[in-house]
Amino acid sequence: MRLIEELKKAVIKGHANVDAAYPPDMKGQPGVIDLVNKALEENVELKTILNKGLIGGMNIVGEKFSSGEYFVPEMMISAKAMKGGLNLLEPLLVKEPSQKLGTVIMGTVKGDMHDIGKNLVGMMLEGGGFEVIDLGVDVLPEKFVKVASKHPDALIGMSALLTTTMENMRETIELIRENSLDNKIIVGGAPITEKFANEINADGYSNNAGIVVDMAKNLLKIDNK
Amino acid sequence: MEMQTQLLSGNFELSIKNVNNKIVGDEAMQNKYNLENLVISKPEELIFGTAPHPVECGHGLVIGGGQVYPEINFTLPSMTIEEKTWKEVRKQYTTIIEEVCQRAVTLESSGIVVEFELLPPMTINPEWGAEITQILRNTLDDFYEKEGLRSALRVTPVDVRDSERPPRMRSGKFWEKTYQSFEKCAEAGADMLSIESTGGKEVHDEALVHGDLAGLIFALGSLGVRDMGFLWSNIVEISARHDVIPAGDTACGFANTAMVLAEKKMIPRVLAAVDRVASVARTLQGHLEGALGPTKDCAYEGPYIKALTGVPISMEGRTSACAHLSTIGNVAGACCDMWSNESVQNVRLLSANAPVVSLEQLIYDCRLYNTAIAEGKNYSNNYRRLLIESDIHRDPQAYVLDPEVVIKISQKLINCDTPLAMTFKAVKETINIIEKAYQDKELELNKGDVRWLGLLKNQLGNIPKDESSLLERIQSSPLGDKFLPQEYGI
Repeated sequence: MRLIEELKKAVIKGHANVDAAYPPDMKGQPGVIDLVNKALEENVELKTILNKGLIGGMNIVGEKFSSGEYFVPEMMISAKAMKGGLNLLEPLLVKEPSQKLGTVIMGTVKGDMHDIGKNLVGMMLEGGGFEVIDLGVDVLPEKFVKVASKHPDALIGMSALLTTTMENMRETIELIRENSLDNKIIVGGAPITEKFANEINADGYSNNAGIVVDMAKNLLKIDNK
Repeated sequence: MEMQTQLLSGNFELSIKNVNNKIVGDEAMQNKYNLENLVISKPEELIFGTAPHPVECGHGLVIGGGQVYPEINFTLPSMTIEEKTWKEVRKQYTTIIEEVCQRAVTLESSGIVVEFELLPPMTINPEWGAEITQILRNTLDDFYEKEGLRSALRVTPVDVRDSERPPRMRSGKFWEKTYQSFEKCAEAGADMLSIESTGGKEVHDEALVHGDLAGLIFALGSLGVRDMGFLWSNIVEISARHDVIPAGDTACGFANTAMVLAEKKMIPRVLAAVDRVASVARTLQGHLEGALGPTKDCAYEGPYIKALTGVPISMEGRTSACAHLSTIGNVAGACCDMWSNESVQNVRLLSANAPVVSLEQLIYDCRLYNTAIAEGKNYSNNYRRLLIESDIHRDPQAYVLDPEVVIKISQKLINCDTPLAMTFKAVKETINIIEKAYQDKELELNKGDVRWLGLLKNQLGNIPKDESSLLERIQSSPLGDKFLPQEYGI
């Protein structure tokens, strides 16, 4: 459908609405919000707008980032434009069965205030169709446990930037398991290695935010289509 | 120490008229700069080993006085720092400093600078940081007395004010701990005090990943400058009381974050290059307040600071591969006065522990620098040319460190009235100079970087230039709730 293709393109280019100055070559053209409104007026199915237009566009953005064509700011701009469209759909989506692929609980571990990496991963996951519960920075192990116990099927993502705080990932994972929670857990951050991730019994590790959506889908056994 | 006293008593002639009149920090945002001229105005005089205002420190080391000295920095292996591990922490630092000094003696180094960067728990518990400072001090003194090893100790508390969001910069527990940490480390035997300060980082981080130039300029040119004024007036005051040197700061939390993100291909390199030069007014503010150098090793904006103020600079490059990737490993050393490894964990390598290996590499690099200096101007110029030429055509971040470019841009910066105006000018000139270098085929850029040069230019034309309008714009954007204006004197 042409309208959905236009919507997808607006997401890919990060063009939020007709008045948005970014990108300069789309100024004056309808943006994500305009196109979602139009699609709603034309009674296009909600899941088509969401999955083929918004998420479909963000999937391409993710591919462009992975291939080096896009930088993070471009992903952020696209994600923000996509969110503008999503805000229009959300009141309507609550009346339908959940369209989210799954839930991810994220946080930077105890003692660590760094959040650039965590935020990037969160943004990728949201753009990929996941609901993200962001616990913020300096998150105590008990907090991870408390939230995970309310979301037993959620994936947990932990981040650390310091060699002196990465050990708190181990402590957090141990506490999660001691509380008999079997959520899948992924870890990342500058000092983290695959070896360390294995050693602390994490289920997944990546040093590349670009592949995190696929990793989450695999771990939560979500059909990749 | 004698030189230190002289400098603080006003004989230190920065070519900035108002340096002794406290036109700094919050006031600097309203008052006019009165920069007369560059201290180093010819690219060929921006050279390694010599600074117009050398700094004497420690056991007779003169930084910037005609020699390049190694600056070794080290940290713990992965371990937690708490009461129950404290004995092991002490042991780690004791071993490191003894091994490092021994290697310096074995290689007949003419002197070393040791940097101790405190880890967060050591700043939160200021007596812990002081205890390690004392261990390092004692060992350096022993090696001076027994082996004649000349040395100096730079101590760098962590800016733990960054431990909460939004951060409180001028009040609260974390500011008090930071202040106490400086005080106690000075008492415990530091020769120089430094910090990697973070004022404005809470806005800068967010602006960086959004490629938001207005946010970057505001974070560096307004919040950063204001905080530098506040923080460094305190550090200078503590230093004067303890007769230690207020050395310098770095835009590490800002422009080095950009550099690392660029190397991970998360942001364009041109954005990281622009951010680097945009950080100059912020780092300069510490020197207007009384910091004497050497600047921090990770302050890659150092060459600009050296040109503007004449203070000696510490730099890191290929020898900091143990800490992070960079594409500026050679050019970074073109005008350094100390040569550093950034930081290395105390882990065992085949030959020795990593800090010892790092020091050995630094010592050999410094031998080369100092031999070139000893052989005369032709040799040192040629060596410097190789350092520059081997990097600058490959990456805009390297290009903006070419002394020719540093002087060209710095000449434009001295004509600015305020730090914010200087930050705007730095952005504009850097974009223009990179664009021209690309057009002239002096500099390689990939497609994404070329696209972003255009986007940055486009953004720059639409940012209000006065601080209050810029503040208004930032406060009405998602960046508005990231910082507390009163913590910056706004």
